Amino acid sequence: MVTIATNLGRSGLQDWIIQRISAIILSLYAIFIFAFWLLQANAGYYAWQELFHNNFMRFFTFLTLLSLVAHAWIGIWIITTDYLKITWLRLTTQILVYILLVFYVVWGIQILWD
Amino acid sequence: MRTKPVYLNLFTIAFPITAIVSILHRLSGLLLFFCIPFVLIILQSALFSRESFNQLKEQFIHSLCAKTILWVSLTAFMYHFFAGIRHVLMDAGLAESKSAARQSSYLIFVLSFIAAVIIGYKIW
Repeated sequence: MVTIATNLGRSGLQDWIIQRISAIILSLYAIFIFAFWLLQANAGYYAWQELFHNNFMRFFTFLTLLSLVAHAWIGIWIITTDYLKITWLRLTTQILVYILLVFYVVWGIQILWD
Repeated sequence: MRTKPVYLNLFTIAFPITAIVSILHRLSGLLLFFCIPFVLIILQSALFSRESFNQLKEQFIHSLCAKTILWVSLTAFMYHFFAGIRHVLMDAGLAESKSAARQSSYLIFVLSFIAAVIIGYKIW
């Protein structure tokens, strides 16, 4: 029996909802960045600086990063529980992925607000 | 009592195209997970300083390695994105029938291929 104590949501349904909501946020962000890149014909250093010094953009980006972490965690959780049936191997992988994802959040904060 | 594992030789099974879409969705997701640090490095380099920004630009113009990683990441993202939309639309009840599911599967491959070609063209 695969142990089920490392889910993000409180139920499979909640994971399902978190995946969809995070997917929507991620999609909106990707579309925005794409549109910005497309419309800013020669987006140089200053254009991107200006964009990311805007507080709303910083918030949006951070929100997207958090959504990415949630979305990625659930995805990796699904993959590890499906394929890594040896408990210690699965749990070790999940712990490492978890630490990595927390690192990405901290890194993101540093990139956006330093 | 644990049941004995069943041996399924995956190479002998003829998979429907919907199954291919599904496993590629999973694979592209896994690949994207490994691309996250590159995305953060790109964001960091672009914002840190003028020098790092220009260095980044140089990499994307000249480095084969950087171009390949970028192309693979973006293609994986587009595929995962299209297949994800198909997932959500099917959740909402659209195109759930077997024939519609097959058609949307082909559509995913066509769209992803087109995206891959356009992105490849832009990068190279």
